[in-house]
Amino acid sequence: MTMLAADNDFMIKGLFSYELFGHTLWITTSHVALVMVVIILIGFAWIANRRIKKAEEVPGVFQNIIELIVEKLDQVVSGSMGAFAGKFQNYISTIFLFILLCNISGIFGLRSPTADYGITLLLGLVTFALIHINGIKRHKIGHFTSWFQPLPLLFPINVIGDLATPLSLSLRLFGNVMSGTVMIGLWYGMLPWFMKLGIPAFLHAYFDLFSGAIQTYVFCMLTMVYIRDKME
Amino acid sequence: MFTGEELILACSAIGAGLACIAGIGPGIGQGIAAGHAAAAVGRNPGARSEITSTMLLGQAVAETTGLYGLAVAIILLFVKPLT
Repeated sequence: MTMLAADNDFMIKGLFSYELFGHTLWITTSHVALVMVVIILIGFAWIANRRIKKAEEVPGVFQNIIELIVEKLDQVVSGSMGAFAGKFQNYISTIFLFILLCNISGIFGLRSPTADYGITLLLGLVTFALIHINGIKRHKIGHFTSWFQPLPLLFPINVIGDLATPLSLSLRLFGNVMSGTVMIGLWYGMLPWFMKLGIPAFLHAYFDLFSGAIQTYVFCMLTMVYIRDKME
Repeated sequence: MFTGEELILACSAIGAGLACIAGIGPGIGQGIAAGHAAAAVGRNPGARSEITSTMLLGQAVAETTGLYGLAVAIILLFVKPLT
C-alpha cells in the first residue's frame, strides 16, 4: 500500500473548489497549465503581430522564425487538403500550435493539459462538428444520403463509423500523452534517488518532445483527412 | 485470508497486466508498416517525406487498439472502479 500512495503524483489534482448552482467544482492542475499555455500563445501572437506590421525587406531573426512557422504550417495544410486548404489554414495552424505547446509543457514541470480527457474530447468534438458542418455546406442533402451508399443495409455501420471518429481521435491523443505522463511519474515516484540523475532527461526527450510532436502532427493530419473525405 | 477489498485490488492489478497484452498487436502492426516504409524509401528515395508522413499516419491509426488496452489498465489501477 505504501507504493500506491506515491503514485498519485501524476494524477489530476484539485487546487481549490467553488460552488456553482449547487455543484462543487474544482480548479485543477489542468486548468492552470491550460491558462499558462494560452497566455504564452496569445503573448507570442501579439508580439508577432506587432513585429510583422512593420516588416522589413530583409527579415531579422524573429521575423524569420515567424515566417518559417507560418510557411511550414501552410505547406502541411495545402499538401494534404489541396483545393480546400484556404478555409482551414487558420484553424489547423492554431490547433497545431496549441496541442504542440500542451504536449511539450510536461518538460517545464506542468502536468500536460492533453493528459486530461476533458480537453482531448473537446478537441475531438470540434473536429466532429467541422467535418459535418462542412459536409452539409458542400453537399446539402447529399451528405445524409451518403450514409446509404453503397447499400442501404450499411446505414448503421456508416453512422457508427462517423460517431467513432471523435472518440478514437480524442482517445489516441489522450492515451499517448497520458502514458508518457504515467511512465515519467512512476520513474520519479518509485525509484531510489540515484536513478533520478540524468536518466529522466531521455525520458522527457522521448515522451514529451518526440511523442508529443508526432501526436500533434497525427491529430492535425487526421482532422484534415476526415474533413477532406467528407467534402469530396 | 484476503478480505474483499484486498482481493479486488489484487485482481485489478492482474487485470491491468492482462490488459497491457493488447500492446502486442500494435507492436507487430507498426513494425510491418515501418519495414515496408523502409523498403519503399530504398526503392524510391525521392519520395521520402511523403512515405514518412503516410507511415506515421498509418502507425497512429494502428496504435489505437493498444491505447484502448492501456486506458483499461490505467483505469483499473488508478481510478479503481471496482472497489
